[in-house]
Amino acid sequence: MYENRSVIYFQLAWRNIWRNPRRTIVIMLAVIIGVWSMVFLGALMRGLEVGMIKNGIATLTGNIQIHHQEYRNDPVIDHSITDTREVKAALKQTLPPGARWSFRVRVSAIASNARHSSRVTLVGIDPKHEAAVSFIGQAVTRGRYLGPRDTYGIVVGQALVDMFDTKIGHKLVLMSQASDGEIASKAFRIIGVFRAEMLATEKQFAFVTLPVAQHMLKLNEGISEISIALSNDQDTKRLATALKAKLPSDTYDIDPWWDLLPILNAYLELSDGFVFIWYVVVFISMGFGIINTMLMAVFERIREFGLFKAMGMKPGWIIREVLLESFLLLVIGMVFGNISGLITVLAFSTNGIDLSALAAGAEFAGISRMLYPVIYGMDIAIANLVVLVLGILVSLYPAARAARFTPVEALAHT
Amino acid sequence: MPIDLKMAWRNIWRNPRRTFLTIAAIAFASIILVFMLSFQFGSYEAMINSSVKIQTGHLQIQAPGYKDKQSIHMVVTDPEAVGAFLNNSSEVAAYTFRARAFSLVSSEERTYGIMITGIDPSSEAGVSTLKTSIRRGKYLFEENPNQEIVPALIGELLARNLQVGLGDELTVLGQGRDGSIAASVIHIKGIYRSGLDEFDRASIHIPLQQFQDIYSMRGAIHEVVVVGKSLRQVPEIKKRLLAGIKTTDSKSSLRVLDWMELMPGLRQAIEMDLFSGIIFYIILIIVVAFSILNTFLMAIIERTKEFGVMMAIGTTRGRLTRLLLIESFSMTVIGMVTGAVLGSLITWYFQVNGIDISGSSELLSHYGISGRLYPKLSLASIISGPMAVMIITFLAALYPALKIRRLRPVEAISHV
Repeated sequence: MYENRSVIYFQLAWRNIWRNPRRTIVIMLAVIIGVWSMVFLGALMRGLEVGMIKNGIATLTGNIQIHHQEYRNDPVIDHSITDTREVKAALKQTLPPGARWSFRVRVSAIASNARHSSRVTLVGIDPKHEAAVSFIGQAVTRGRYLGPRDTYGIVVGQALVDMFDTKIGHKLVLMSQASDGEIASKAFRIIGVFRAEMLATEKQFAFVTLPVAQHMLKLNEGISEISIALSNDQDTKRLATALKAKLPSDTYDIDPWWDLLPILNAYLELSDGFVFIWYVVVFISMGFGIINTMLMAVFERIREFGLFKAMGMKPGWIIREVLLESFLLLVIGMVFGNISGLITVLAFSTNGIDLSALAAGAEFAGISRMLYPVIYGMDIAIANLVVLVLGILVSLYPAARAARFTPVEALAHT
Repeated sequence: MPIDLKMAWRNIWRNPRRTFLTIAAIAFASIILVFMLSFQFGSYEAMINSSVKIQTGHLQIQAPGYKDKQSIHMVVTDPEAVGAFLNNSSEVAAYTFRARAFSLVSSEERTYGIMITGIDPSSEAGVSTLKTSIRRGKYLFEENPNQEIVPALIGELLARNLQVGLGDELTVLGQGRDGSIAASVIHIKGIYRSGLDEFDRASIHIPLQQFQDIYSMRGAIHEVVVVGKSLRQVPEIKKRLLAGIKTTDSKSSLRVLDWMELMPGLRQAIEMDLFSGIIFYIILIIVVAFSILNTFLMAIIERTKEFGVMMAIGTTRGRLTRLLLIESFSMTVIGMVTGAVLGSLITWYFQVNGIDISGSSELLSHYGISGRLYPKLSLASIISGPMAVMIITFLAALYPALKIRRLRPVEAISHV
């Protein structure tokens, strides 16, 4: 009996919304465009975020870094990890297979040639391990990448080459403070030039091999940092905590990427809030239309509702019937909105959106040149939930109006 | 015509609830747009002003190529001539000379490569916020009795990295303009914090005169930094300077660069933010337009019979269309004006009190803004959003109004 009645109500609601197809389609279009914009613009913002995170992690940060306790406050040669055995053991025990890590020397230095001098970051790397961790392994576009036995070779960015008016095969002198406090300087030959997403990266980093850097700076076996790259399914937070438990905290500083890139992290938090505000704003502008349309639909049918009531239909069921109508409207609108949103995202996700016209601005904000929209299930779920829940909520008003008509006045209405 | 207006006005209020909801939707969109645009403009201005005041000034006059290479050889050889011209330009609020050289700076413990800037202390104070951002010690002395001692100002973060404090000495080693070795000892007299981390980590300032001695500049400088009366006047000042520079110096063809050229990243970041904002707003307005289209549509469907009667007694279709357009137009205008007024009031409240976003202070100090953000009402931010709403809703109203043209009196009268 009960089930039968539900079916009838469903039929009633379904037929009612198609009594005025044009009106129904107009309000559905409002819902579709609203949901589409939530899905698509949400995916664009997520795409920006993912691009920024990837960029941030690949530009030498990695998912987790380990330093000497003092290094991040004061990144100088004195704050190096002098004995790497303890760390090595901890890494081998803690990290799951698939995680990769690389040891580096990283100090501020001065690069100069006959024409120019400028501040750079000298990075001593193990060519093989580093290639698996950061961008530099794939970034060398001219000349070649470092080999393990390159005693005089240095790899620098294209922007630095331009600034110094130099080219592959030419000399570049690097100066920095060695661990004994003296100024160490060494002449290198440019063997490779790398390109990066950001010009600032190309200007900043100069790569040499780890043993060369250690020798130049009189570090023996010492290193400045360990960068750990995890694969996508590995949990950065959990592994960082596990490493912290293994290594004494008065000697080592272990940080996940969100602590290493505080500006990026602040931006992510801000944009999370923004996405949600955007959903609500779009909904409110749809909401006015939904209320209005449902009110029209209800007031047109005053006589009908009066008749229902005269025949014994309870107010609760009238409310349910009207809510069911707006539910159907919303759901149909949402289905089409989601589908069109997903199609738009799909269309852009293979080729991406080229932001290079705004490259300098994008770079300023740490965004990569190509933007690929990214769909998060959670975002879509929240967007749809916002529309559905608030949509039903605002329809309560017209529904309650419909339930309040008394049979006598309703039937007298013309 | 007045009778049309009267009819339109009465028609609007035949169904007050519906009209009210429609107006509310338009007003809502207008409020959001006024607030958001003012907010964006306000934060852009804060970003630009802080960068301009800390670093570049509104405009700079430099040798060609200096901006990209910052080579010590690319100089403005006769700053006095440029200065004489600037003194005569009424739009220029202040100007100063700067010279810069990359040098090796060592404390007892540490050595860093730093860009050292020579400034003229008295005129620099009129151009940048350097003087007011001194946290410890004193600003560079105007008259320097002891030529032997070179006073220096240093950024707080750099001082920490070099492990030095007030009164400490730093040795400076660089290359002079003539290729000679430039070496000197400088004494820290003041430590500043500008709020822009990048700046505080990488700059040292010394008096220009002593800079010119140390780096054998022979009276030359690198940058003439100009500040106009307001940001808005920059394009105009630039035009004047470009014309004026040609008359003061005929051979070396100096460049006049405005803040957008000096900080292309900042300008493009602003453009990108504005651009993405506009996409959001357009979509918002379209959603609003569809959400109120039904009201306009219903206005004619409900009244088909009425229109039939009016046509039968001689009202032309054109007049009916006009009547409907007046109805939707006046609803839109009421919504728009209400929205603009409410939006301005809300924005004004925040413009006075500021919006606290201290949670993202790391992000803000990246752009040189500290503490609170203040939206800024302007004619553009008040008018452009509501105008866009009006245009798009008016387009939405056109569709139902044009349907009148297909109405036939007899069929319309018998419409139920």
